[in-house]
Amino acid sequence: MSKRVLPGFGISLGVALAYLGLIVLLPLAALAWKATGIGFEGLIRLLSAPRTLAALRLSVGGAVVAALINVVIGLLVGWVLVRYRFPGRRLFDALVDLPFALPTAVAGIALTTLYAPNGWLGQWLEPLGIKVAYTPLGVFVAMVFVGFPFVVRTLQPVLSSLELDVEEAAESLGAQRWQTFFRVILPMLAPTLLTGFALALARAVGEYGSVIFIAGNIPMHSEIAPLLIVQKLEQFDYAGAAALGVAMLSISFVLLVLVAFLQRWSHRWQERAT
Amino acid sequence: MKKFILVLLAAAGVVLTAAVAAKDVSLLNVSYDPTRELYRQINTAFAAQWKAQHSDTVTIQMSHGGSGKQARSVVDGLSADVVTLALAYDIDAIADHGLLAKDWQTKLPNNATPYTSTIVFLVRKGNPKGIKDWADLVRPGVQVVTPNPKSSGGARWNFLAAWGYALKQPGGSDATAKAYVSELFKHVPVLDTGARGATNTFVQRGIGDVLIAWENEALLAQRQLGNNAFEIVVPSVTIVAEPPVAVVDSNVDKHGTRAVAQAYVEFLYSPQGQDIAAKNFYRPRASDVAARYASQFPVVHTFTLAELFGDWRKAQAKFFNDGAVFDQLGVGS
Amino acid sequence: MTVPLRSRPVAWPRRVLHAVLIALALVFLLLFLVMPLATVFVEAFRQGVAPYLDSIRQPEALSAIKLTLLVAVLAVPLNVLFGIAAAWAMTRFQFRGKALLGALIDLPFSVSPVVSGLVYVLLFGAQGWFGPWLDSHGIKIIFAVPALVLATIFVTLPFVARELIPLMQAQGSEEEEAARVLGASAWQMFFRVTLPNIRWALLYGVLLCNARAMGEFGAVSVVSGHIRGLTTTMPLEVEMRYNEYEYVGAFAVASLLALLALVTLAVKSLLEWRYGDEIAAHAPGGH
Repeated sequence: MSKRVLPGFGISLGVALAYLGLIVLLPLAALAWKATGIGFEGLIRLLSAPRTLAALRLSVGGAVVAALINVVIGLLVGWVLVRYRFPGRRLFDALVDLPFALPTAVAGIALTTLYAPNGWLGQWLEPLGIKVAYTPLGVFVAMVFVGFPFVVRTLQPVLSSLELDVEEAAESLGAQRWQTFFRVILPMLAPTLLTGFALALARAVGEYGSVIFIAGNIPMHSEIAPLLIVQKLEQFDYAGAAALGVAMLSISFVLLVLVAFLQRWSHRWQERAT
Repeated sequence: MKKFILVLLAAAGVVLTAAVAAKDVSLLNVSYDPTRELYRQINTAFAAQWKAQHSDTVTIQMSHGGSGKQARSVVDGLSADVVTLALAYDIDAIADHGLLAKDWQTKLPNNATPYTSTIVFLVRKGNPKGIKDWADLVRPGVQVVTPNPKSSGGARWNFLAAWGYALKQPGGSDATAKAYVSELFKHVPVLDTGARGATNTFVQRGIGDVLIAWENEALLAQRQLGNNAFEIVVPSVTIVAEPPVAVVDSNVDKHGTRAVAQAYVEFLYSPQGQDIAAKNFYRPRASDVAARYASQFPVVHTFTLAELFGDWRKAQAKFFNDGAVFDQLGVGS
Repeated sequence: MTVPLRSRPVAWPRRVLHAVLIALALVFLLLFLVMPLATVFVEAFRQGVAPYLDSIRQPEALSAIKLTLLVAVLAVPLNVLFGIAAAWAMTRFQFRGKALLGALIDLPFSVSPVVSGLVYVLLFGAQGWFGPWLDSHGIKIIFAVPALVLATIFVTLPFVARELIPLMQAQGSEEEEAARVLGASAWQMFFRVTLPNIRWALLYGVLLCNARAMGEFGAVSVVSGHIRGLTTTMPLEVEMRYNEYEYVGAFAVASLLALLALVTLAVKSLLEWRYGDEIAAHAPGGH
């Protein structure tokens, strides 16, 4: 990539950084500053409390699982939507963005309505002993819902640009369909899948609106971390709330940076391979 | 870029403030969730009265939300002229930030609480689990729906009602009360964040056998949602829930609305205001109005917060702060 | 029922595989997307058309709709400018800390909506950094429209950039370099080469950003103050009505948001279908 020929490095990076600084970093600095109010000891006490740990485990662990599920399902849906033609394809394609557009509170209410024991789906699951609403499973369902479009949407453009000739070549060389998929296609998709994973994960970690209705909110069991923040605020404990917010942010930021490095690594690995 | 954004924000702010100032007189009443129906009627009646007396038009803007969240918003700059919240602790918090006098509760009659309610049970039609009193809530197989007292001001009254019941039993002590309440919360399958959420869970989702609720909420739910699908059970003893009101001194002085704000909160104590409160299922303070609505409000044996717990600051510190009694119950573990 | 993308003879086991994959995907989409959507509309029309229309004609609903549109109109263009700048810097130049910048762009996704509202309260609230100064100058940000716009910008910030970056990465910079070598000015290059190349991704980004901006609930709820008819956006109106046991009213407003989403998605599909060839021509690898 040549650097000198193209203009606008200074201005584009400047605008991006200024905007990020004003909209994201300055407010987050205020958050971090507020969080220092509880002191180091307070922070340790807060983060080592079993209830905090349980809530973080549910929020972060749930988001990781939900993002993994989304990678699998997103790959399936993205693949089907790009590669196959069938009636109603466009309709379904348009629907993928629904979780973006549906207000989270509405999604939460709708999902709870569906999965409650007296709901359309809940009434069939209840006899099987599967309880979704008001359990950690409900939290997963809501998290998969909000993160779903990310994987599909990052995947689609790349999938449609994947050169069929590579696959055809592989097949003409005698590769089985599944071999082509796992040896040729999947590695090419890896960076994109990682992006989708990261976005779905990031979205689900802090999700509140759609999760809160379906979660049950029982401490140690189905209570998500953002709810703890809300409860701290309810006691006018701004510092504690901010500290918890910073803790959650740090966790997801570390996860995001990790994914970004993984991506760069897979890009390089790809470039070397071709 | 920075300057541009600031200018933009300033412009938007000016436009908005201008829009508000253009009204004749405007009051902002920051209230908690279940008072919408009540204040819709109060506001109409008060505006008519004010117009008749002063020929000024008064518009009352309403903001509703969880009581604690609303108090926090006022502390953070939501310019409420009047606050009407679920518990004194939330107004105390506003007072702590200097927005109104610390002795606000002495400025109006009855501890600045123009109407009260009490904590009752809502059960499904025919009361299939035979719920009669607090003791029945901890029987095996009974599921209880109540919101989380850490996030809902209304639910703190529920908690204190249960605690007070246990305390008032023969041999009752803090230890027995704690044992009872701890057992009670083991019967709670869903801890909603707010009172209205809990009602929705109980009524719409069909979760639980009993909803612990404010009487006014139970009556309203019965009327709005019921089709006679629910019954109200009054326990042997319960607490007087006191949702107080106050004029926010520093805001009314800034807006120049003290007179109308004061008249507004006093209107709540007037015969007309008391009647509207009773119509909306709040127990009126005025005995003549109470007598008229006697059939709606069964006689209950009650205790007050002051009798058993002192005041809200003490109750909050003892039960609901981080690491206090509620956190020690081991709910969920 | 399936026709493969390229007309090649297809062996029947593969057709079975296709059918199974399509069936799986559709079942998932039905259960996960269509049913919640259907719930919204079923609940909204539970009591028929007249109550539905009544509830969306109320002045509170109308003012919520206006406010939601206003917020989106202010927030989306700013995020478009940012998205283009960020994508240009990220995909056309090598610099240290690029991975960090990428993570920063994604950061607002991972900030809990509760927190993303809270941070502006901490900045502009009466107890916040700039609160007293703003108050003494009579500028209202928090619990007014500016805070609603800021919170919305924060939440929807990554969308346009995220849509553009992978595409511009894949496209590479050969065409732009060629334009420059042939003597195009920076703006000529941008408007004649870059913009046409990215316009579909840009459009997707705008549509998603807009949809999310209109539907944002958590962050906006923290900074709104919930003053009915004044600072209440549509999602907040939905919640308020739900909490008033006005289920039909709540789902009616929700259905408007869902409808809005469906319309934007339909527009997107329509454009795709109408200009499909053009899009394909500009898709990465489609030359």
